[in-house]
Amino acid sequence: MRKILIVDDEPNIVMSLEYIFKKENFEVFIARDGAEAIEIAEDELPDIVVLDIMMPNVDGYQVLNHFKSHSSLENVKVIFLSAKNKLSDIELGMQLGADKYMTKPFSTKKLVKEVKQLLA
Amino acid sequence: MSSFLVITIIVVYLAVIFYVAYWAEKNSKSVWVNNPYVYALSLAVYCTAWTYYGSVGLAATSGLKFLAIYVGPIIIIPTWVILMRKIIRISKGNKISSIADFISLRYGNSRFLGALVTLVCVLAIVPYISLQLKAISETFNVITNHNIETNSIINDTTFYIAILLAVFAAFFGTQNTDASERHKGIITAVAVESIIKLVFFLVIGVYVTYYLFNGPSDIYTQASSLPNFEIQQKINGIEGGFNWFFLSMLSMIAIMLLPRQFQVTVVENEREKYLKKVTWLFPLYLLLFNIFVIFIAWGGNIVFQNKQVNADFFTLMLPLQNGHEFLALLVFLGGFSAAISMVVLSTLALSTMLSNNLIIPYGFLSKFSRGESEKNTESIKSIRRFSIFSLIIVAYFFYKFFTLNRSLVSIGLISFVLIAQLAPSFFGGLFWRRGSSKGAKYGIIIGFLITVYTLVIPFTIDAQSISTSFISEGLFELNYLKPYQLFGLNIFEPVPHAFFWSIFFNILIYVLVSVNTIGTSRERNFAEMFVDNNKYASLHEDAYIWKGEAYVQDIKKVLTRFLGEDRTERALNLFNMKYNINKSTRVADARLVNFSEKLLTGSIGSASARILISSVVKEDEISLPEVLKILDETQKAKESNVELKERDKQKDEFLDTVAHELKTPITSIRALSEILLDDEEIDKEIKHKFLTSIVSESERVSRLINNILDLEKLATGKEKLDLIEHSVKETIERTIGTVKQLSVNNKVNLNANGVVDFKVEFDEDRIQQVLINLLSNAIKFANSEKGEVYISTKIDDTEIYICVEDNGKGIVTEDLNSIFNKFYQSKNQTRLKPIGSGLGLAISKQIIESHKGKIWAENIKPNGAKLTFTLPIKHENYEENIDS
Repeated sequence: MRKILIVDDEPNIVMSLEYIFKKENFEVFIARDGAEAIEIAEDELPDIVVLDIMMPNVDGYQVLNHFKSHSSLENVKVIFLSAKNKLSDIELGMQLGADKYMTKPFSTKKLVKEVKQLLA
Repeated sequence: MSSFLVITIIVVYLAVIFYVAYWAEKNSKSVWVNNPYVYALSLAVYCTAWTYYGSVGLAATSGLKFLAIYVGPIIIIPTWVILMRKIIRISKGNKISSIADFISLRYGNSRFLGALVTLVCVLAIVPYISLQLKAISETFNVITNHNIETNSIINDTTFYIAILLAVFAAFFGTQNTDASERHKGIITAVAVESIIKLVFFLVIGVYVTYYLFNGPSDIYTQASSLPNFEIQQKINGIEGGFNWFFLSMLSMIAIMLLPRQFQVTVVENEREKYLKKVTWLFPLYLLLFNIFVIFIAWGGNIVFQNKQVNADFFTLMLPLQNGHEFLALLVFLGGFSAAISMVVLSTLALSTMLSNNLIIPYGFLSKFSRGESEKNTESIKSIRRFSIFSLIIVAYFFYKFFTLNRSLVSIGLISFVLIAQLAPSFFGGLFWRRGSSKGAKYGIIIGFLITVYTLVIPFTIDAQSISTSFISEGLFELNYLKPYQLFGLNIFEPVPHAFFWSIFFNILIYVLVSVNTIGTSRERNFAEMFVDNNKYASLHEDAYIWKGEAYVQDIKKVLTRFLGEDRTERALNLFNMKYNINKSTRVADARLVNFSEKLLTGSIGSASARILISSVVKEDEISLPEVLKILDETQKAKESNVELKERDKQKDEFLDTVAHELKTPITSIRALSEILLDDEEIDKEIKHKFLTSIVSESERVSRLINNILDLEKLATGKEKLDLIEHSVKETIERTIGTVKQLSVNNKVNLNANGVVDFKVEFDEDRIQQVLINLLSNAIKFANSEKGEVYISTKIDDTEIYICVEDNGKGIVTEDLNSIFNKFYQSKNQTRLKPIGSGLGLAISKQIIESHKGKIWAENIKPNGAKLTFTLPIKHENYEENIDS
């Protein structure tokens, strides 16, 4: 089973994402902030991470930076899922090495499609 | 002590210093490298071997005179918080890497001035470096009891030490082509050496004062019976006073303008605020260093009174005489540290000047303008390395082949006087707009020539014992041309005398020429930028006025040759972002021209940067009044803009946050609804859970919208407050009624015993809103086991205080003020988001402020938070309340 890590601090968003990906037969892990995300990612080595940006303490950018500077996590696919929708935010996200940037509110179908495509 | 042992110790010691520099370079982000103490200690490179040995020598023969060299810095350093900050700001803003660059840029990127300053510095400092090598070599001989002078270089330890120092300076000094970058390895090593030299000097001071003698009074009593004692300790009336005065002035200038001091203070400065520490730390260092000098000197005079011992080496001879070889070795290492840090930093500073202000602008520009970037940076580094080696080797031969028989102090002072020639154009340039390039040139040249005539030549004659009547009778036997008594001025000793006349003519020429010439517009442009630094700093690239035709592509090509493609691309991207310029813009403007010059300045010096950039742009003449007018206009436009921008920015930030806060619940609503829509077989329980969430998220959206509208109404004063006299107690009790259920659910005990009855005017609905907010927060954050919320009031002459306390964990200190900000969420909050819009306290604050009251938060002991707001009491109300 492929592993997906969902990182968001909004309980209802997490709840919906968890439901969707369980239904798609993923093993789902959940982190409520950046620090927890790094911890779980290091333990579980997920195939893909759905990552919010604006979170307390450690934000999504820092999480991705951590991934890119650690060889074990370097190749984990990362989709940013954020309410930040300015062009400069998106450019920054992609420059840091994200595989995809999606803005909130998002279409659940499109998110599933992107995740599948990245893992294909 | 055997020379083999001493050499081994030197090698080990150098290895340690190399390692320190290497470590600092590797860990350049560490707090051990970046702190005000390292910075302050690196300034102590001012104390060279001259201080270490020469001060004692001078004190032994001339009493307190040695102090003048330290009094100057101690007086001037407190002004650095303003003065040096200005210099540092200008230098950082323009990527200035040396004093030559500073002066050259101030006078309109003058290539000639840069080269002239470089030459003066090299001529002044190379003998000074020789002096350090001489000190190393002589103290080495003293400690190894080696009396034979070797003439062969192969057998001379000092030669190898000099080469090692050159390797050190070349390796750690040229890591980066941009010379305005900091050299953290060297600086950290120098700071370490500053500690070593001070500690070892204090050790020998304590040893002499308290071990060899019975404290200061004992030394004094014994020394005062020596012949000449009285004479030595006096200032010598008004003449002596003048000498003192000018020596102190001289050292004030030296502490700022010596190339190595400019390097450590300005170029290597990491943060401006470090200057604050320096203002007390560095004078303290100098004081500590000088405490024992006079006692060691007197001690030496007593012990060696009938023997021929060079007073410069008292610090070594005293322990040796008493058989304490180890102690003498420590002293030697201290002096060695003092010497090598001076040698390394001076050569580093001089090599930057030589390459950026002399060799590159006069010899390599055309080559560089064709070369590849990698080749160019390699050549620049090679030029610097070559300069470092040449400087040290020249200094070595200077020491080896000129008999430097005079005391350590005198050569040092000649350097000081030569360097002081830069002072009029340097300080003039900082504070006087009219100071012109021509004035600076002629001033420096005249001052330099006078110093040569009144000091360097007669000193050389003395030192080489050439027999001539030049000194005693003057040039052509003209009495008023006597080098030590020019124009019959005979109250000064040679050094203050030379300083006086050279500076006098230097200033005179600088001022006269400046007043009588009109500088180019470029010169005046930089004059404005330097003198009115604060005003123009905010303009950045806009502070430079330029008219002409230039293409981005051409400028880019030049930049690429020095910075390489990647760095150029990155720099230009930053520039475009800063000024909001489209990437595809073809025509370059003044800002880009100025920005590019600055970029290159660090690598090749300001004059070369200017020449290279102007080779690809077509510049139009622009008149001086035009420059001043445009500068003035830009400045004014900027000022009004800053305010508007700040307001805009705040508004933008608020809107961004509002958008984000609204999107969050909408995201949940959309995702959950889509699932419900697509998945028909969804479990009933889950369906219920999802729908409940949708409802609560919808409520969240409407709550947020209401709050935002509320806040807006209050902030703009659209809503009139319904100010009617109410009883505070009744309002509080009514509010408690509405939160009662919440407190029962949370098992929190609400206590309003501390509320007194009092009538004031307020809008009851609004104050209830505040109270509900404070009370529900307090209930939420109260202790989860035994929750207590306590409401109380307090009255003074003008206000009533209403306090809500809980017994929870309290508020993180740094958040005490910011909790009232819109959408504030503590960084330290627990992972679960609190329910609420993030606007409650912001609205409360707005309401209280509309009532002309205050609201604030504090923590109480043993635990809990206390939020207090006040409402004003009208005075007639007060009396009424008391009466009733």
